[in-house]
Amino acid sequence: MDFTDSTEEATFRAEANAFLSQHLEPKKAAAIRSGRRDDYLQRAKDWQKVKAENQFAQITWPKEIGGRGGSPMQQVIWNQEESKFDAPIGPFAIGLGMCVPTVIAFGSDEHKQRYVQKALFGEEIWCQLFSEPAAGSDVAGLKTKAVKDGDDWVVNGQKVWTSGAHYSDYGILLVRTDPDVPKHKGLTMFIVDMKQEGVDVRPIHQASGGSEFNEVYFTDVRIPDAHRLGEPGMGWKVALVTLMNERLAVGGSPGPDWAEIMDYARSSGSMSDQAFRAKLADWYVAAQGYKLTKFRTQTALSKGETPGPENSIGKVITANHLQDICNSAIEMQDHYGIISDKDHAPADAIFQESFMWAPGLRIAGGTDEILKNIIAERVLGLPQDVRVDKDKPFSAF
Amino acid sequence: MNFDFSDDQKFLRDEARKFLEAQCTSAHVRAVLDDDNVSHNDEVWQKIVEMGWLGAAIPEEFGGLGLGMLELCVIAEELGRVLAPVPFGSSAYFFAEAIKLAGTEEQKAEFLPKVADGSIVGCLATTEGPGALSAASVQTTAKDSALTGTKVPVTDGDVATHAVVLAKEGSGTGLYIVALDQDGVSRKSLKTIEPTRSHAEIKLDGATGARLGLESGNGMTVLEQVMNRAAVLLAFEQLGGASRCLEMATEYAKERHAFGRPIGGNQAIKHKLADIYVKNEVARSNAYYGAWALSTDAAELPEAAAAARVAASEAFWFASKENIQTHGGMGFTWEVDCHLYYRRAKLLAVQAGSPAVWKEKLVSALEAKNAA
Repeated sequence: MDFTDSTEEATFRAEANAFLSQHLEPKKAAAIRSGRRDDYLQRAKDWQKVKAENQFAQITWPKEIGGRGGSPMQQVIWNQEESKFDAPIGPFAIGLGMCVPTVIAFGSDEHKQRYVQKALFGEEIWCQLFSEPAAGSDVAGLKTKAVKDGDDWVVNGQKVWTSGAHYSDYGILLVRTDPDVPKHKGLTMFIVDMKQEGVDVRPIHQASGGSEFNEVYFTDVRIPDAHRLGEPGMGWKVALVTLMNERLAVGGSPGPDWAEIMDYARSSGSMSDQAFRAKLADWYVAAQGYKLTKFRTQTALSKGETPGPENSIGKVITANHLQDICNSAIEMQDHYGIISDKDHAPADAIFQESFMWAPGLRIAGGTDEILKNIIAERVLGLPQDVRVDKDKPFSAF
Repeated sequence: MNFDFSDDQKFLRDEARKFLEAQCTSAHVRAVLDDDNVSHNDEVWQKIVEMGWLGAAIPEEFGGLGLGMLELCVIAEELGRVLAPVPFGSSAYFFAEAIKLAGTEEQKAEFLPKVADGSIVGCLATTEGPGALSAASVQTTAKDSALTGTKVPVTDGDVATHAVVLAKEGSGTGLYIVALDQDGVSRKSLKTIEPTRSHAEIKLDGATGARLGLESGNGMTVLEQVMNRAAVLLAFEQLGGASRCLEMATEYAKERHAFGRPIGGNQAIKHKLADIYVKNEVARSNAYYGAWALSTDAAELPEAAAAARVAASEAFWFASKENIQTHGGMGFTWEVDCHLYYRRAKLLAVQAGSPAVWKEKLVSALEAKNAA
């Protein structure tokens, strides 16, 4: 066992780090989830262009389509190094991580010519339009419909929780094209132009106070049949590929962790509280457990193996962990802990801000409950939940 | 990055698993459980001795196999899976590690070869009463190498031939190697919640001991280091047990039908088993890190060992109790093995200091580190 890079890995890490140092400032410790200045989107586009020009944009993509032709391990190393810098990468994560790979997998040569390079070089941003008000965990139960009309499809309906829809140029859109077959079999995937008539993007006012997500309304939106990804009725299969392409979770923590609350406890004289010390130990063990599990995944990648299911524990741990830490930090401050005004709140109010963000993190990208179902079914091989709608036409419900 | 065991170590694991599944079955464990007069399963013990595992981490010059700590971790996990009813941990993790760490060259030459070939069985005698161990709580005294006091409970204390005993000496504490077959020693077996590992009350009445190492007064300091090493090895045993509990519960949840379908199709059971899986993976990753720190003598050993132990104690406890729950009424019968894991989980969780003790050690280590 060792934690050192192989010679090739060390060379690549040094190369990545040198490149990053040349273009970006190191991340400041307390700048978690902050720094979203007005020029964030433009900075993100500029940074994406610089990465693409130097073959750092998509490490594992083939060189022919602008990637580096590198290994998954190199992508992990790049992500680790990039996360040490103040890199504006948010707007491109979903597009390049999930949407464009779907276009590459199912699109025509014309699609690839038209869309891949522009996305890679930061000229166009993509969003993913799957969730609906009545289709969250059960995405295949979605209702937005598309009806064939000549060479076009006409789309009506509503999507929700769409990250970045307000600044996206294109989206991949999952709709129902046949309500008379079971729900998984009547779906079709399309590329949609987000700037066209009939597409109405409205920000969601989240419980946290912010607006990172949107509702997207479709009213008689015409999509040429040529913008279809996969055959009609194959949409669920296409969607599974999109979801499989979610980036290997190797980024940093989503908010304050044991070290931040320990810093605060030391500065406020709370380290003498025995109950707090016991909880701090639990948080450290969980955080280490998650970090070290990623090292196990990385080891498998480094050896050219396919990682095992161990990585599936990630968000179940981190989301609950974050909520628990923030809750304790607020209670530790007693009555004063309610203050989220940065002029008063300790640690720039990161505990209060993340406290309000944490409930969303437990839901986004798969709820705790769905993730536990996935572990139970795919890792442990337990039976699927009862699905009374599985074999009946969607229109029967 | 190579945060995994080597192919050779995985081969050792596979061989150990095959061997133990054949040679250390539930029937072997129950032979000890169901007979109050038996301290361990000697048939299993002799076979393990023949395998040479006791000397896995003992250097060849002292009669061991000279493999290393990672190999001992691999073996520990397999012993934990089958609840081996033998004094392996007492002799290999505590007694041998104490002598390797603090013994004189003469002590190493005298004892390590005998641990390795099974001609002696060692144990650790520290506890004297309820509550966490501390220098202030030690009543046993050592004066001119004569020890007086009572140690209770001593895990494997009735099968062991030798003990490392913690005693007060002067204003400090010392660790002494004590032969248990001498006149000044009397032993009595104890009834415990974990009868597949024997426990004794050991009374010392002027028993002769040899100070471990040369320095006097540093017993607690040396003991801390021994505990850090043993904690990692115990974590692997716990991990083995926790993994087996998850397998048992998963198998049962697939087979057992209620209301016309397998109980494992219900989210109450699925999510329970997913929770066990998450805790087991957290424990596994922390145990691996402990193994790395142990095998490289890393400066991170105190926090790595503590985290491994905290995670493994929680995982085994949770897996063992929820395994019974998943089995329902069957899980509460003597005949089904669930309770054997529940018993072992609690022994291993408190044997070298309770989770509360290790959480405190962990936080202290983090404080010390961040103070620098």
